[in-house]
Amino acid sequence: MTAPATTRRAASPARMPAPPRSKKNLFGLKRREAIAAWLFVAPALIGFIAFYLWPALSGLYYSFTDFDLLTAPEFIGLENYKRLLNDPLFWNALGTTSWYVLINIGLQTVLALGIAVLMQRLTQSMVVRGVVMLPYLIANVIAALVWFYMFDFQFGIVNEIIDGIGLDRVAFFGESEWAIPTVAFINVWRHMGYTALLIFAGLQAIPKDVYEAGAIDGGSELRMFRSITLPLLRPVLAMVLVVTVTGSFQIFDTIAVTTQGGPVNSTRVINYYIFDMAFNRFDFGYGSAMALALFVLLAVFTFVQLRLTRANKSDLG
Amino acid sequence: MTTIINAPAVTDPQELTRPRRPGRRAKPKFTVGRTLAWVALGGVMLITLIPFYWMLRTSFSTSTSLGSDPGSLLPVDFTFGAYERVLGLATPAEALAEGGSGASINFWAYLRNSLIVATVTTIGQVLFCSMAAYAFARLQWRGRDLVFSTFIAALMVPPIFTTIPNFVTIRELGLLNTYAGIILPTLLMTPFAIFFLRQFFLGISREVEEAAIIDGAGPLRRFFQVILPLGSAPIATLAILTYITSWNEYFWPQLVGREEEVRVLTVALGVFRSQTPQGGPDWAGLMAATLIAALPILIMFVFLGRRVINSIGYSGVK
Repeated sequence: MTAPATTRRAASPARMPAPPRSKKNLFGLKRREAIAAWLFVAPALIGFIAFYLWPALSGLYYSFTDFDLLTAPEFIGLENYKRLLNDPLFWNALGTTSWYVLINIGLQTVLALGIAVLMQRLTQSMVVRGVVMLPYLIANVIAALVWFYMFDFQFGIVNEIIDGIGLDRVAFFGESEWAIPTVAFINVWRHMGYTALLIFAGLQAIPKDVYEAGAIDGGSELRMFRSITLPLLRPVLAMVLVVTVTGSFQIFDTIAVTTQGGPVNSTRVINYYIFDMAFNRFDFGYGSAMALALFVLLAVFTFVQLRLTRANKSDLG
Repeated sequence: MTTIINAPAVTDPQELTRPRRPGRRAKPKFTVGRTLAWVALGGVMLITLIPFYWMLRTSFSTSTSLGSDPGSLLPVDFTFGAYERVLGLATPAEALAEGGSGASINFWAYLRNSLIVATVTTIGQVLFCSMAAYAFARLQWRGRDLVFSTFIAALMVPPIFTTIPNFVTIRELGLLNTYAGIILPTLLMTPFAIFFLRQFFLGISREVEEAAIIDGAGPLRRFFQVILPLGSAPIATLAILTYITSWNEYFWPQLVGREEEVRVLTVALGVFRSQTPQGGPDWAGLMAATLIAALPILIMFVFLGRRVINSIGYSGVK
């Protein structure tokens, strides 16, 4: 007799009030529950206000000030933003970052999709998944240092191989045109397995019988990939893209331990430029203005991306 | 904006620990296409693993000899010298002879600092976030949805934007170069942790909690006796993810914890790299250090791999 009621409860647990036994009791229960809830949320709320909300508001304020950390912030209106519009290094940083994001995301998405499909069609093995994920577990700093060594002009194994097949050695971190692709490659190496596993999770949601039907109709693997996998995976891919693009816009660690912005600003990405401005040159006001610009840029980007890819609509129904 | 990929589909918190079901499909036939696909996957795994091997191979080499045979697949002039150097067991003279900088390295202190920072961060964050997630998922209170969506909105804000004011806060509190300064910003909450746990708590069957209510259990007892045991799998997963993230963090610790006494391993690696001699860098020492710094996470992965791997499909947030 109670079965239908409980099923309905399970379906929407969030909206179910505590079971009423008597009006008075219900009132007491609700009150007690509300007090308990606020107590439970209190530590997180304090953390949120102190280290997310307050800094977001003061960051906004700093962006309108001249602030060197030693003296109180001095309100200067839109000066920082005017400076930003006329700062060739800011535009250079945006360009560098975009170039990085383009290479990084392009390569990473294609490779991750390939790996995910291979895994789905070949194996469920935890070992394979574990190996593919391995680079994601180590710190950015470590990935950067290992590849910094492997890409070394004189002692790096990559240049040994290049030399071995009779080509000219490449100064991967020392030449302007190579530095960004190299940094992008390192981050593709670190993240492609993780992204592949995200896509893999999405692939698992595609019903097996769709493929079985496709196989009976005589569809080739390539055909099935184009007409089944890709369309059904679209919402997942869209989400993955939004997350990875916003994430890769914020590259810092790899640059910090390898090129530090050089050669000649060719790897001075936006996050590194902001960091440099604020923490090396103590220009916190200008740094905040650039950070806000980055924030707005990312928000617009995310919005447009979600619109273009219709991420919220699933073809699976 | 939501960054869920397929989290809502998970209604069973036990899902994470359940062993994978045996393959239902019959063993596929051998074909050229399948072989090529395996070769491709093998290639991917090789590229993934080579840098790890290269760290190992280099760490057992002598830095001064590495230059003579940079392409050798085996260690050049096999030695434990790099590890002795990194662990502070070698004298400066020995270190210099093998290509080290001769500067003292306080490895054990950095390891201790990393352990303290990652452990305290994880315990605090997981405890406070599971409490908050419980309130968001299971309790009735006015303002709940508003507070929750404000928390989630913070996922959108790029960290660098809040980093600058947070640095000012930590500095004004006089907490630069203290553990507290490194830990505080992530001790009480991250939006991701709350979001992650709430998804699971929403899925826990309501009846179990109702039974406890009828027994007269208050929210506190329900949290500790019903939710925590039932949610132990996702909580453990979150703890592991938090530990890894915290262990690998570089940006914030290098801003507020540069001094020796609170310097964590990632920051120490950055310093070590900049100290290494410019002409003939101490690659062996650097690789030994990176390997040791990565080791705790790699060991953890060997034991808890399945849980970490499975967590990915359920989160979809970085």
